Amino acid sequence: MSLARRAARRSLLFLVALVLVASMWELYKLLGPEDGGEIFGWRIIPKTNDRAMPHTWEMVSRLGEPEVRGRDEPIWQAILGYGWYTFRMALVGLLVGTAFGTALAVLMARWRVVERGLLPYVIASQAIPLIALAPQVAALGGNWDLPKWMWVSTLSAFLAFFPVSVATLRGLSSTPPIALELMESYGAGWWRTLVTLRFPAAVPTIVPGLKLAATAAVIGVIVSEISTGVRGVGFAALTYGQRATSDPAQVYTAVFGAALLGLILFGLVVALEMALMRRRPAEAVS
Amino acid sequence: MTNRVASTLGVLWPPVLFGVLFLGAWEFIVWFWGIEQFLLPAPSAIWSALAEEIGAVWEATYVTGANALVGLLLGVALGVAMSFVMMRFRIFNDLATPLAVALNAIPIIVIVPVLNNMFSISTEVPRRLMVMLIVFFIVLVNVSKGLRQVQPLHVELMRSYAASPWTVMVKTRIPNAVPFLFTAVKIAAPAAVVTAFVAEYFGGRQNGIGYGITSSAATSNNDVTWAYVAGACALGVTFFTISVGLEKTTVRQAGPRRPGGATT
Amino acid sequence: MVGEYADVVLVDGATMVFNAAKPNRVDALVDVDLRVAPGDFVSLIGPSGCGKSTLLRLIAHLLEPTAGTLSVNGKSPDRARREGDYGMVFQQPGLFEWRSVRKNVELPLEIDGWARARRAERAVEMLELVHLDEFADHMPWELSGGMQQRVAIARALAVQPALLLMDEPFGALDEMTREHMQAELLRICAAEGTTVVFVTHSIPEAVYLSTRVVVMSARPGRITDEIAVGLGGDRNEDTREDDEFFKRITEVREALRADRDGADVRRVSGVEDR
Repeated sequence: MSLARRAARRSLLFLVALVLVASMWELYKLLGPEDGGEIFGWRIIPKTNDRAMPHTWEMVSRLGEPEVRGRDEPIWQAILGYGWYTFRMALVGLLVGTAFGTALAVLMARWRVVERGLLPYVIASQAIPLIALAPQVAALGGNWDLPKWMWVSTLSAFLAFFPVSVATLRGLSSTPPIALELMESYGAGWWRTLVTLRFPAAVPTIVPGLKLAATAAVIGVIVSEISTGVRGVGFAALTYGQRATSDPAQVYTAVFGAALLGLILFGLVVALEMALMRRRPAEAVS
Repeated sequence: MTNRVASTLGVLWPPVLFGVLFLGAWEFIVWFWGIEQFLLPAPSAIWSALAEEIGAVWEATYVTGANALVGLLLGVALGVAMSFVMMRFRIFNDLATPLAVALNAIPIIVIVPVLNNMFSISTEVPRRLMVMLIVFFIVLVNVSKGLRQVQPLHVELMRSYAASPWTVMVKTRIPNAVPFLFTAVKIAAPAAVVTAFVAEYFGGRQNGIGYGITSSAATSNNDVTWAYVAGACALGVTFFTISVGLEKTTVRQAGPRRPGGATT
Repeated sequence: MVGEYADVVLVDGATMVFNAAKPNRVDALVDVDLRVAPGDFVSLIGPSGCGKSTLLRLIAHLLEPTAGTLSVNGKSPDRARREGDYGMVFQQPGLFEWRSVRKNVELPLEIDGWARARRAERAVEMLELVHLDEFADHMPWELSGGMQQRVAIARALAVQPALLLMDEPFGALDEMTREHMQAELLRICAAEGTTVVFVTHSIPEAVYLSTRVVVMSARPGRITDEIAVGLGGDRNEDTREDDEFFKRITEVREALRADRDGADVRRVSGVEDR
């Protein structure tokens, strides 16, 4: 099967899956109890009233109505605006995080003592919920005279930094020994070997790290928006969610916006991957 | 014996040195520039705040930890079950895979307000469900890959024995998927902790580490905030260490071949 | 001979010990002497673990000897490596999968600092030499294993080295391709006047290609015999059916066997009789 046909098949299946999920939603709404229910004393049967589970078509049609009554602009425009703001912050975070992550990986690959000193922390950072720092970073940012988005991006860069540095280090240190011997036989120096051999050979390992970083960057921005009050799509989800009793469908428009921007940023990384892996053997493409 | 001590010290000194340097630099910067407590407290101030508020921090950590653990266990169970269904019925696999890839790329944490509306906001259920969802997709992607990516040679060998699909499943696919499961758990365990306390940022009951962080930050009680952050770190490290320990026990059986930790 | 030519390779008392202070100590090479004159084709043959690859890596300065001295083109191996005095071919082609065939051949020239146009020209010349000029713009993974190995040989020859070091270069190829590659290699070496040190574990390959076959034994790795082959400069496919060819094969086989019998029941492993 050609690449294009496979992509078309995948998108079609994705749409079918979406329709199936929507139908299951409506089916449950039709059959489930209005006010939810309990199993073993846990309230884990979802409520099906219109406040808790609006109809799927209401979620979609809500996109065309204004954000608050009396305004002309339909909500999808507002969401696009919020989403674009979040997207820019996440993109800056991803780029800055990638730059620093790559630099650290190179330092660790160059000097063993840096690797031995820092790698345990980089690994431990997977276990540490860095997002917990969001309010602190916001407090710091509030005190200095810098725009808030910079602090949100800083946090997002922080989250993107670690997957990139781990993946890059792993890629840089798993160069085939035979290729390293070849470069050595040419009397090529360390930096020369890095640029000509180690980096290109590491691309298939680095790309999955970039994918993780793209998702982490978006989550970093959304969570920091909530704790800093920067008005992006995450903040919109929070405020719309609080209006659920009067306007239950509204929160879903923010969810759609967040999904769209996550997919676009992920799509950018996939496009980069395709550009870098264009002339590589098919089995190496993840 | 002395050799062993020397080599342990050799492994330990660089991270300890960097750690001490980092904390020292932090303490020094705060002292030297006279940075105010509400901006960035010194490590010593955080330590004393932690000692003072240990009761509250412990309680919050317990709440968040329980949410993360329940969500993690449910997510793993459901993820494994769904992987088997997908292995058995191809159509489920074809439908769920693109959905799982897409969901892994989007910040699904924003559906916490939706879950809060659908379930009772005054319980821990929405938060636990959020954790479960995140864990579910990580486990699903990895375990179904483990069940599917069996060495073709092994499958051919089983065919030559005229083994039934059930036997192939038990003898080759499940053992092959076990390391994948533990890799997934290693990724999912810290993610469960993060999700559990980020979910608290979206409202709901007023307990847990996330609530502790936001409420103490709102009152500019910054060294207490950092004490909660320390609690979150301890929780994350605990979850991660246990999952790594679990992985180590299985890797010894499964040999050195380890699956890469893909989440997409 | 002495004084008439400078030796291309001179190994004097080379000893290589791995893990010297540990229980898993390996005496890879003990007191090895070797001289390779210009135009020589010397094969190193012996069982697995006899140190033939180690000896080659010492000459290439990919390893430092524990004791003894070496010189390549009258220089230290370190200097020879830095000045690009030799080309090396490994058992695997080791091509960079992200570079086209031509760019792979250009690699050593790039590192040597050649101008773009000049190195493109040389790369095409080298590809013509291995009959792969049509494939210059293909990617390595689009080529068969034998073709990839020919690219690796073109890459090693690109700097026109006086010395070619080859570590079981045809080991991973099938028999047909292998014989074809051997003939190609002889043709190229004759055309370029290249001196070769060649590691192999195939007796017919060593005999067909070499002017001298150096027989080695394992644990500890040392040279036990040297056989002058000299099948002449006009070897072709008929040579493989020559009585002379079989006589030499028998000679090498007996040298290997003598060594094995001399060392009691130590098995000669990894040496092919085909």
